[in-house]
Amino acid sequence: MAGKPKLHYTKGRGKMESIRWLLAAAGVEFEEEFIEKKEDLEKLRNDGSLMFQQVPMVEIDGMKMVQSRAILNYIAAKYNLYGKDLKERAWIDMYVEGTTDLMGMIMHLPFQPADTKEKNLALIIERATTRYFPVYEKALKDHGHDYLVGNKLSWADIHLLEAILMVEECKPDVLSAFPLLQAFKGRTSNIPTIKKFLQPGSQRKPPPDEKSVANVKKIFNM
Amino acid sequence: MAAKPKLHYPNGRGRMESIRWLLAAAGVEFDECFLETKDHLMKLKKDGFLLFQQVPMVEIDGMKMVQTRAILNYIAAKYNLYGKDLKERALIDMYVEGLFDLNELIMHHCFQPADKKEQHLATIEDKATNRYFPVFEKVLKDHGQDFLVGNQFSRADVQLLETILMAEECKPDILAQFPLLQSFKARISNIPTIKKFLQPGSQRKPPLKEEDLPKIMKIFH
Repeated sequence: MAGKPKLHYTKGRGKMESIRWLLAAAGVEFEEEFIEKKEDLEKLRNDGSLMFQQVPMVEIDGMKMVQSRAILNYIAAKYNLYGKDLKERAWIDMYVEGTTDLMGMIMHLPFQPADTKEKNLALIIERATTRYFPVYEKALKDHGHDYLVGNKLSWADIHLLEAILMVEECKPDVLSAFPLLQAFKGRTSNIPTIKKFLQPGSQRKPPPDEKSVANVKKIFNM
Repeated sequence: MAAKPKLHYPNGRGRMESIRWLLAAAGVEFDECFLETKDHLMKLKKDGFLLFQQVPMVEIDGMKMVQTRAILNYIAAKYNLYGKDLKERALIDMYVEGLFDLNELIMHHCFQPADKKEQHLATIEDKATNRYFPVFEKVLKDHGQDFLVGNQFSRADVQLLETILMAEECKPDILAQFPLLQSFKARISNIPTIKKFLQPGSQRKPPLKEEDLPKIMKIFH
């Protein structure tokens, strides 16, 4: 019996959160080893466990995988969340890269200079409501299906739900102009594996607070 | 007969260059429509051709594909440059993502303010020679094969060559400590489709010149 995947990262969202979401949605149990101080990162590096000296790193199927997109691609393909053919994969990739860009903006927010925070937050909301959400709203409208691609749950749906919830943490009513996304959110949140992940006590991580941001900066020399 | 892929981007490397490399390596002919002005970009947006209002955009197989990685994944899979199974794909993805990080660093060099340029160059050299190139040198050493993954030519080899050449533009002797990468470079450069792409007159783009920077900035800002 294969060991459970083991995630190596700080105890926060960052670039590991999408991986946690995808594993959870696929119903895959996983373990976590948290990097709490610089020495923990140094040890992983000195042990030769990190191909490019960076985390995320996920031990899975005998590999020490690094690079979040490589890890996500592998998990999606392994658990049949990557469409049924090349064209469906192309659409999933396009959608996921969009939500990656949007969530990336939010991820970087705590690390921007304090006096730019308000402006950056406004830009996030603008991009969410004028560049990204309209695309997914239209995709759902055009085909009328429950899922973004191929009438079947895929990585694109899981990633979109993660992004929606993250933007709502910035602005709770951000979906007000997007009725189909609201329904999508309700529906996708109710998928048993995802519902479980959304409950308190799951391995889902909270938004970063001042203390965790300071610790991350220390560990990664930022 | 399928139409040739059509690339929409300014006449420069940027995020489109890796796509040009992969198509060329796969022996796929392609057309290019160069964005020269902001109005041109606005028109593409207005016509609804850009899913997220951004380029690169590649018209291919009836799709208007956007997002560099999505486009590269599609081309790699279509032309059998993505390994033979999930595990080979995993290795290819790890290698390619690492190389993208280095590429990004190199790509941003021209956007650095004058007083930061020297330090940025030092960072590029440091990362290339201490973080990235050692990994690929070791991979080649460990299996002793000609290609990075699965003893077969893949997108990882194409990306590594592209990145090596870009790094050498920053520092010509950057491969000094990496004998296997030196022979890799020569070997891959000699693959007929790649050799052709490396010749003058191909669709490969030159590095961005400082005087061209304002024109590019104007298109996007």
